This record gives sequence, C-alpha cells and structure tokens, in this order.
Amino acid sequence: MNKLDKIVKEQLRTDLPKFKPGDRINVYFKVIEGDKERIQQFEGDVISIKGVGLDQTFTVRKISDGVGVERIFPMHSPRIAKIEIVREGRVRRAKLYYLRKLSGKAARIKIKQ
Amino acid sequence: MIGLLGKKIGMTRIFDENGNVIPVTIVEAGPCFVTQIKTKENDGYCATQLGYIEKKLNRTNKPLLGHFKNANITPKKFLVEFRDFDLKDLKLGQELKVDIFNVGDKISAQGISKGKGFQGVVKRHHFGGGPVSHGQSDRLRAPGSIGASSFPSRVFKGQRMAGRMGGNKVTIRNLKVVKIDPEKNLIFIKGSIPGHINGLVKLMKK
Repeated sequence: MNKLDKIVKEQLRTDLPKFKPGDRINVYFKVIEGDKERIQQFEGDVISIKGVGLDQTFTVRKISDGVGVERIFPMHSPRIAKIEIVREGRVRRAKLYYLRKLSGKAARIKIKQ
Repeated sequence: MIGLLGKKIGMTRIFDENGNVIPVTIVEAGPCFVTQIKTKENDGYCATQLGYIEKKLNRTNKPLLGHFKNANITPKKFLVEFRDFDLKDLKLGQELKVDIFNVGDKISAQGISKGKGFQGVVKRHHFGGGPVSHGQSDRLRAPGSIGASSFPSRVFKGQRMAGRMGGNKVTIRNLKVVKIDPEKNLIFIKGSIPGHINGLVKLMKK
C-alpha cells in the first residue's frame, strides 16, 4: 500500500451502509443556508457508483413531478447525515444510464428476491 | 522567506468543516536540516542551505562529508539553498519541520515539471492549428508561417516551434495551505504542484 492510500484510508467513512447500483436509497443530506443547518432528503435509485477512495461518488436518480432529477453525492462527504436503503434492486449493469431514455413502467427496476 | 524541501506524494481531495470538497496535493515536507548559513560578509549574499533525506555514509564523498561535519549532522541526499531565509535563532544543524508553516498561509511550490517529450506547437505553445474544412488537408496541427520571405531571409531567434517540452523548473505561487500533520510531516496544499510523484518540491513562504 503506498503512502497516499494510507492517508486516504484514514479519512474514509465506514459508518454508512453498503449499497449497489439499482438500490433505492434515501440520502439525508445536510444543507447549510446562511448560518442555519437543516437536513434534506433525497430518495431515488442509485444509477452509478464511480471512483475510488475519497474521490468516490454516487448518482441518485428520481422522477420528481414527471421530470427526471439526478444528484451526485461524494461518498465520504461529512455532509451526508445518514443513508437508508429503501429496497434492493436486481440489475445486470454497473451503470444504469439507460434509465434516462426510459419512462413510466419501463423505467422500473426489478426488486431483489 | 522561509521554506522547506519535500517529496510529492500525490493528489486527492479533502472536506473542510462545512463539507466542501477541496482538491489537494499532499507533500511530505521535512524534516530538513540547516547545513550552511551564508552571510553577506562571508559569501556576498544571504542564504540558508537545507539538507533533506538521509544518505548512506559510504555513498558520500570526502569533501561533502566535511561539509556535513561542520553542521554536525548525518549526510543528506539533497542540498538546496533558500535566499534571505528569515527564521529567528537559526543555527547550523537545526531541524526544521512542517510546523514552520501555518494553515491558511499562501506559499509557493517549485518543482521540475513532468517531461512530455517532443511535442508540436499546439500542445507546446497553445497554437490554434490550421483550419479543418474548406478543402484543407494535413494542416490540422501545423504551425503556419514562421516568418517573411527574402527579407529577412532567416527565421528570427526565439520563434516558437515544436520541440522538447516539460522537465523545466516551474514555480506556482499563492497556493493555500489547507491542513498540516506535524506528526507525519505532511502538508496539504490546495491545487496541483509541478513534478511527478516522489519528485523533490521546494516550498517557500514570503
């Protein structure tokens, strides 16, 4: 293990649950408005996890009022208060970008048995 | 000026207290040792020479060994001079660590940039290259004209052309110190720093 990996490893968060692409998760994200801090929820499907170490990010996609919304979160950000796994999905890809072209019933992800 | 020598470890990102992402370069800086103090009376100018990274005794030649003996320290691999070093009570053989810098300081970093080999003018001098359409061929990354015709009948000196790129001494100024770890001799600097990983970096603060 090289020196950079060692330094990075100390700063990784280990308290968050493990999830995979296809899972539906609820992210509790701390939002700072002026000097007030509150928690915002973002619930949707994980469509990609990319990067390694501190650079790792994940994308959550949801349909809000008929419009697709995607949000990218840094995996080890201290702004993430907690992550809830709503349900696990069964998918055959690591990146679910094909969901962007689908809508309605076709855009559903199979639930893991 | 105060300064230190260090080794580039690599780039990553860290989060500040608000959770904002800051891109950082991690440098293992010091411990450095003062090997020589040059004064105006003795040498004609003021400077301090620092030594960094241990070197084997049997790989050090006799003249250098005497130089290290004067400062009463073990041989070091790199010896670099810093002009007008102003640290209080500086002594020969003194150990300098990262704690001479503070979080929030603006510092300069100097290193030897990565060698890029023989490169064309588009990459080396940011030329625009030639037109892509209207019947043009073989002109995409060409330099264009390099001068006039019968007068002056030569190409002026300094004309920017293709050639060896990189491997130069590069200084980047006004880099912010984001974090310091004195136990592990680490300094986290916002932004990138010239040179390859494990390359020697000279850190300076005005």
